[in-house]
Amino acid sequence: MQWNSVGDFFAMGGYAFYVWGSFGACALAMLVESLLLRQQRRELLRSLKDQHEA
Amino acid sequence: MMEKNSASSWMRYASPATFYPLAGKLQPWFAGLAALLTIAGLWIGFFVAPTDATQGEGYRIIFVHVPASWMSMVIYCAMAFWAGIGLAFNTRVSSMMASALAPTGALFALLSLLTGSLWGKPMWGTWWVWDARLTSELILFFLYLGFLALQAAIEDPKRADRAGAVLALVGVVNVPIIYFSVKWWNTLHQGATISMTKSPSMAVTMLWGMLLMALAFWMYAIAVALARVRNIILERERHADWVRQAVEAS
Repeated sequence: MQWNSVGDFFAMGGYAFYVWGSFGACALAMLVESLLLRQQRRELLRSLKDQHEA
Repeated sequence: MMEKNSASSWMRYASPATFYPLAGKLQPWFAGLAALLTIAGLWIGFFVAPTDATQGEGYRIIFVHVPASWMSMVIYCAMAFWAGIGLAFNTRVSSMMASALAPTGALFALLSLLTGSLWGKPMWGTWWVWDARLTSELILFFLYLGFLALQAAIEDPKRADRAGAVLALVGVVNVPIIYFSVKWWNTLHQGATISMTKSPSMAVTMLWGMLLMALAFWMYAIAVALARVRNIILERERHADWVRQAVEAS
């Protein structure tokens, strides 16, 4: 392993903004997409239940 | 769809009523695989793969940039394939699958551009250049947006499927252009990371980290596409009896 300390790891050899920006953007995009799909499913099920009861 | 003929029994899965529960069963497995592969890929990418001789730690962007770029192209091909099947055989689930893949493909194209930009700035000194690789990837992103906008603009789902399929199929020519752009034109972008003809020039652990992350992104894409196609099926088949039963059981 090439990291001597936790700070060393987060500094990414001076490329922290670019490396963490890239990984962060991917993580955020995937998290948001998953949550949106889950919410969309909940709303769909609710509206379908209302439709069937009506 | 209800033939007793066993030779055509696989066609059963072309029916929304049978595909919906199947997708629901498969989805968690792909999501779980994506999570496991991500953990393994990140571990290798950050703790096993060595520092790059020329790019220092900055090269580690490769572990998300290359997988995102590959997936933006793979998903486009899958989308065009299912759209084409839907167009040729009038199978509703295939067209719905194409629609389910488009937003995730667009997302990966955007992530490819964004992470590429974050990589270009420190290494090339610029966020963006209008060269063949970057421009053709941007066109891919616009093709996804065009597909989504076209489908959203057409009220009748069958007509929307057909129009989307034509656009998706025409746009396929862009995929080999992206892939070979670094060979065909002089570009700032480096050549293919993995070549079929040469042995890889990168450290084996770097290669493994990248392949694991690519596989993780792939499993993620399948998981979200299955989740989205289930939502699309519920929406479009909302008046069908089986949907009523499925909703009551949920």
